[in-house]
Amino acid sequence: MFNTALNRIWLALLLATGVTYWLGESGLSGSAGMLPVLLMFAMAAAKGLWVIYDFMELRHAPLMWRVLLVGWLAFVTSMIVLAYWIGLR
Amino acid sequence: MTTPSLSPSLGPTSTIVAPALRLHGDLAVWLIILAELLTFAILFLCYAFARSFDVAVFNESQRTLDLNSGAINTVLLITGSWCVVHAVQAVRRDASGVGARWLVAALVCGAGFVTLKVIEFSAKLDAGIDLSTNTFYMFYILLTAFHFFHVLLAMLFLVILLVKTLQGAYGSHDSHALETGAAFWHMVDLLWIVLFPLVYVMR
Repeated sequence: MFNTALNRIWLALLLATGVTYWLGESGLSGSAGMLPVLLMFAMAAAKGLWVIYDFMELRHAPLMWRVLLVGWLAFVTSMIVLAYWIGLR
Repeated sequence: MTTPSLSPSLGPTSTIVAPALRLHGDLAVWLIILAELLTFAILFLCYAFARSFDVAVFNESQRTLDLNSGAINTVLLITGSWCVVHAVQAVRRDASGVGARWLVAALVCGAGFVTLKVIEFSAKLDAGIDLSTNTFYMFYILLTAFHFFHVLLAMLFLVILLVKTLQGAYGSHDSHALETGAAFWHMVDLLWIVLFPLVYVMR
């Protein structure tokens, strides 16, 4: 009746959101160099993977669709981190 | 779109059968989802690289955003997505009533998001901020308003799916339309998962 795996994913998504919020609220996301931003977008990527695999149900979709969406997520998050690094220089 | 099982026969004595690989939802809508993701990717990267050349202006302007509102909106969209997954699973079990309640819960989350966003946009307009204020606000308004309209569209889909679910149109025999609407809703969630740290948190 109540899918516990799904509920655990939902809680993990909320927890990651809480950590991201804390990084912003504490000011760490703008004063501690690359690490907090790396952590933040690694968590965004992990959240995105859960959404893609378990909410959009692509875990059991043809490989091409998983590659397209996971590739999109990896490309966007890594390019954002790269742009942030350029801004620090 | 369905594809045949990719598990070939392993011989007459084999009993191992892998689940068939299947894309849940309509192929045309999935192609639209890809186009939307591409469009937002361009906007995200334009924001990120424009910021890298004008960090001071972006940081100063970003301080005027309400981080609490952004975080609550993230929780609302994630919870809305979680509700939609439960709705789809309930309908597949032929529990349409339960599925409809999950869809209502998702719509409540969406309505909460829309309300907070309207309050946020109103505050910015009252402060005299518009697209021409500076580069940060141009991207902020463009990205968040564009995303906002996708939330409204996804909510419209959910309302239609709710009505059809209450009419008993979906069940274990057919949940294709519901899966299609769910995929679009999850895309809206996925976009916000990147947008929130990028626009509200990264300094």
